[in-house]
Amino acid sequence: MKHTAIIIATAAALAATATAEEIAFDLKDPKGVNNIVFTLDAPLESISGTANGISGTVEVDPAEPEEIEGKIVVDAKSLTVPNSLMQEHMLGAEWIDAEKHPEITFEIKEVLNPVKNGNEGTADVKGVFTLKGVSKEITVPAKVTYLPGRLSDRTNGKMQGDLIVIRTNFQIKRGDFGIKAGENLDKVSDTIDISLSIAGSAPKP
Amino acid sequence: MKRLLRTAAAILFTAILIWWAAAGMNPGWTKTSVATMETDPITGIEYPVWKKHFVPGVDLLAAGAGAAAILAAISLLPIFPGTNKNHNL
Repeated sequence: MKHTAIIIATAAALAATATAEEIAFDLKDPKGVNNIVFTLDAPLESISGTANGISGTVEVDPAEPEEIEGKIVVDAKSLTVPNSLMQEHMLGAEWIDAEKHPEITFEIKEVLNPVKNGNEGTADVKGVFTLKGVSKEITVPAKVTYLPGRLSDRTNGKMQGDLIVIRTNFQIKRGDFGIKAGENLDKVSDTIDISLSIAGSAPKP
Repeated sequence: MKRLLRTAAAILFTAILIWWAAAGMNPGWTKTSVATMETDPITGIEYPVWKKHFVPGVDLLAAGAGAAAILAAISLLPIFPGTNKNHNL
């Protein structure tokens, strides 16, 4: 009898897992907290800035939050640095060329080494990073946190639904993306440190 | 005229130095806006809040010092009459 109960419970759990559905999370956060912090080393002081024009969609199975797919889009014109003249140069044709290439994107292709711990999951995410019109495949370490039912807390009860938080830190080389390759290395490093923190919401009716 | 130029150079350099020091002696580039990080209580995400705020940097200090040096250098050029009365005789 006891064995039968265990078998039924296990079967029910497996069935629940099997029938779990992917949820689409919208990355356009209404509170505007989603952001990217980027840093380039430089002789006088590191050049550090942020971007908050983030949109896109990711699809996650809550039962397996590390199994994630989707695309993150950053509005290049939302890149901000503390000096307005420096920002003008950064967005100009010689650097980011935000007018001609208005989007910076990361499209998830494959999830490697997923590890799940409760509502959190970590993995190495392989995807295509596109900057200034140049696409390169990169692999970044990501941490995904699933917050079921927490959308209500962020909207003062106006909306019901789930939240997801994605965090990653990685590096790229600007030269790989046609941004003054091999130039100005004495003034600004080739390596760009990128830290991404984004929340996605999935409203429920 | 020489004295006027040298006084102007000293005043310019001192004013720039005091301004830079009073603004926090920023050892980096001049900033026209400053970001402070805040934390979203639900997601725990740290996010920047930008505010327009002018903070002079060492580039502005160097520009001020350079301008003062140019004024002082001009005062040394032999294009101005000397202040020594005997020299004018």
